[in-house]
Amino acid sequence: MKAVDHVAGSKKFLASEDHVSFHDRRLWDLRQGRDAQMRAIPEWQELRTLASQIKEHTLGQLDHYLEMFERNATANGVKVHWARDGEEHNRIVHEILSQRGVTSLVKSKSMLTEECEMRPYLEARGIAVVETDLGERIQQLDDEMPSHVVVPAVHKLSRDVAKVFADKLGTDPANADPYYLAEQQRETTRPIILGAGAGMTGCNFAVAETGAVVVCTNEGNADLSANVPPLHIASIGIEKLIPRQEDLGVFVRLLSRSALGSPITQYTSHFRAPREGGEMHFILVDNGRSARLAMDDFWYSLKCIRCSACMNTCPVYRRSGGISYGAVYSGPIGAIIDPSFDLKKYSGLPFASTLNGSCTNVCPVRINIHEQIYRWRQIIAEQHQLSYAKTMAMKMAGHILQHPMVYRTASDMAGIALKVLPRGLSYLPLNVWGRQRENPVPPAESFRQWYLKNRKQDTSA
Amino acid sequence: MSSRDSILASIRAAGRTPTGHPQVPTFDQYHPVALERFQTSLELIGGRWQAPEPDIMELAPFVRRLFPDGTRFCSVVPEVASDYELSSFRQPAELAQVDVGVVRARFGVAETGSLWISEAEYRINALGYLPQHLVALLDPEDLVGNLHHAYQREDFRQARYCVLMSGPSATADIEGVLIRGAQGVRSLTVIPWARPR
Repeated sequence: MKAVDHVAGSKKFLASEDHVSFHDRRLWDLRQGRDAQMRAIPEWQELRTLASQIKEHTLGQLDHYLEMFERNATANGVKVHWARDGEEHNRIVHEILSQRGVTSLVKSKSMLTEECEMRPYLEARGIAVVETDLGERIQQLDDEMPSHVVVPAVHKLSRDVAKVFADKLGTDPANADPYYLAEQQRETTRPIILGAGAGMTGCNFAVAETGAVVVCTNEGNADLSANVPPLHIASIGIEKLIPRQEDLGVFVRLLSRSALGSPITQYTSHFRAPREGGEMHFILVDNGRSARLAMDDFWYSLKCIRCSACMNTCPVYRRSGGISYGAVYSGPIGAIIDPSFDLKKYSGLPFASTLNGSCTNVCPVRINIHEQIYRWRQIIAEQHQLSYAKTMAMKMAGHILQHPMVYRTASDMAGIALKVLPRGLSYLPLNVWGRQRENPVPPAESFRQWYLKNRKQDTSA
Repeated sequence: MSSRDSILASIRAAGRTPTGHPQVPTFDQYHPVALERFQTSLELIGGRWQAPEPDIMELAPFVRRLFPDGTRFCSVVPEVASDYELSSFRQPAELAQVDVGVVRARFGVAETGSLWISEAEYRINALGYLPQHLVALLDPEDLVGNLHHAYQREDFRQARYCVLMSGPSATADIEGVLIRGAQGVRSLTVIPWARPR
C-alpha cells in the first residue's frame, strides 16, 4: 500500500487561506474553552490522574473485565458478539440486519465503524446506512472521511456544505446560512429515522459491573437511533471498558470539557438492556487493539477516550486539516495509533508534529503522546522508512551537532542568511510549511555570543 | 478457536501487569448541592430555567402559556393534562407528531445542570427526542452536587435506558455556529416544581 503523504495533503489544505484561518481559529477556540473549564475545576489534575489510573488498571486485566461485561450484559438480555477485525464486525452487523429483513440503518457517530469501513460493506449488500450526526452526515454525503473525531466536518466552510447539500439533497446552492443548512438536514433525516428498521451507536464507555454502554452526543441522535427503531446495535472497541459505574463520574466530567469546553454533552445516554419488546446487540471489536496492548512503547495509547483535545491544541493539525492524514484517526493521537495498524502506510504521520508536547499536557487520560510520536520516529528511522529529504536533513544535522566548531559556524551563518538572503531563497519550494508564514527576525546576537560577552563582564568585575 | 477466545487469548498473551484500582473521591468541597449552580450550568448548555411565580398553584396553565395557542402536548406527569392517550401510540415513531413532551426528571445534577430520566419516567423513551420541545419538571429537593454523587445512585442499575440530559439537541458542526434543534428537541425547559407527596 502506498504511504500517505501528509505533507502533500497539507499543501492542498494550505492552498485556501480562508479555510486554514477558520480551521485554526475554530480549533483554538475549542482549546481555550477547554482551558476555561480546566481552571474552573480545582480537582482537574487529580481527575486526569484518576482517569489515567483507572484506564491503566482496566487495560492491565482487560480479559477479566471483558468477561465481566459480557456476563452482565447477557444477563440483562443483550446479545453479545465478538469480532477479531473490521471484516468480522461488518459480517456480524449484516447478519443481524439481514436475518430480520432490515434494509435501513440509522446510526450515530462511531469512529470504530469508520475504522471497519462498515458503510460501504453494508451498502454493497443492499442496506441503506444514514449518519444522523450533522457533521458526519456532511462527510457521508461528500464521500469523505471525518477530519476530526468530534467535529467531523470542521475543515469545511458553510459554503462547502451548501454545495454538498445542493448536490446531494437538492437544497438551494446559493444559501450557505448554517441555520438553513442544519434545518434542511433535520427535515431530510427525520423521515429516515422514523422509518428505519434498526439503529446503531458507538460506545464511549462500557461499564463492566453493570453491562451498560454509555454514549455521549450533543444532538441526541444516539437516543433517537436507539429509541425509535425496534433494534439497537452498539459497536464497542474492547479498550472502552471501565470497571465500575462510579468510575464514569471521572470520565464524563473530563470528556466534554476536554473536547468542546462544555461541562458535559447535552446527552449522556446509558443503554443497559433492551427496551420492552425491543432487541439489543453489543459487538466487542478487537481490530488490532490486543496487538497494540502487547507493544511496550505504545499500549498506553489504548487509554484514549477520543476527546480530540490533542488535535485542537496541535499547531500542525490546526494548519494541515484532518484529511491530510489520510487515515481514520488524525492529529497527534492518529500519529501514534495509525502506524500500529499499518506502519508502511502511515510512516509519515509521526513526522506531522513539532514535538512541542502540548498534546500530552492537555490529554485527560495522561497519554504521553509526544513521547510515543518520538518513539515511532526512531522505529521508522531504524526500519529505513524515512523519506530521502528527511534522511539527508538528519545526516547533516547529525554531523553539525556532533562537531561544535561546525555548529557555531552554521548557526552564525544561519543568522546572517536570514538577514541577507532574499526571501525566495530561504523559502525552499520543498518547504510547504513555509507558506503563509514569515521567517523570524534573526536575533542581534546568538546565545553563544551573548554568553561570551556577559561571562567576560562577570569575570572582569 | 472462537473469536471471543482468540481475542481473550491475545489479551492474556500481551502480558500487561495489573495495577491498583483507585478509589474515586466525591470532591464535595467544590460542588455544593445548590439549585443556583444547577440553573447556571443548565443555561450555559442551552436549557431554559422557568420558575413559576410563588403564587402559582396550578402548573398546567403555566406550562401552556409558555407555548403558542394550539400547541399539542403529550404529558406523562399528573400535573399537566395530556392531549394524547399514551396507549394510542403503537410505535415510538408516532411521537413525531407531538409539539411538546412533558416529563418529570427523577433527579438533577447541580454541577452540570443535568436531568436524570429513564424509561420509567418517559414511558416511551422517544418522548424525550421526537417532539419539537421538551418540558421537564424537577423537584428542587431532588438534587445531587456533582456527577460522582449521581453515579453512586442505584437508579442507573435498575434502568434499562437512562439519560443525563443537559440541554436541547444542539450542534455546532457548520462553521462553529451553535444551532439548537439538531435532530431532537429544539428547546428544553426545566420547571422547578415539587413532586406530589
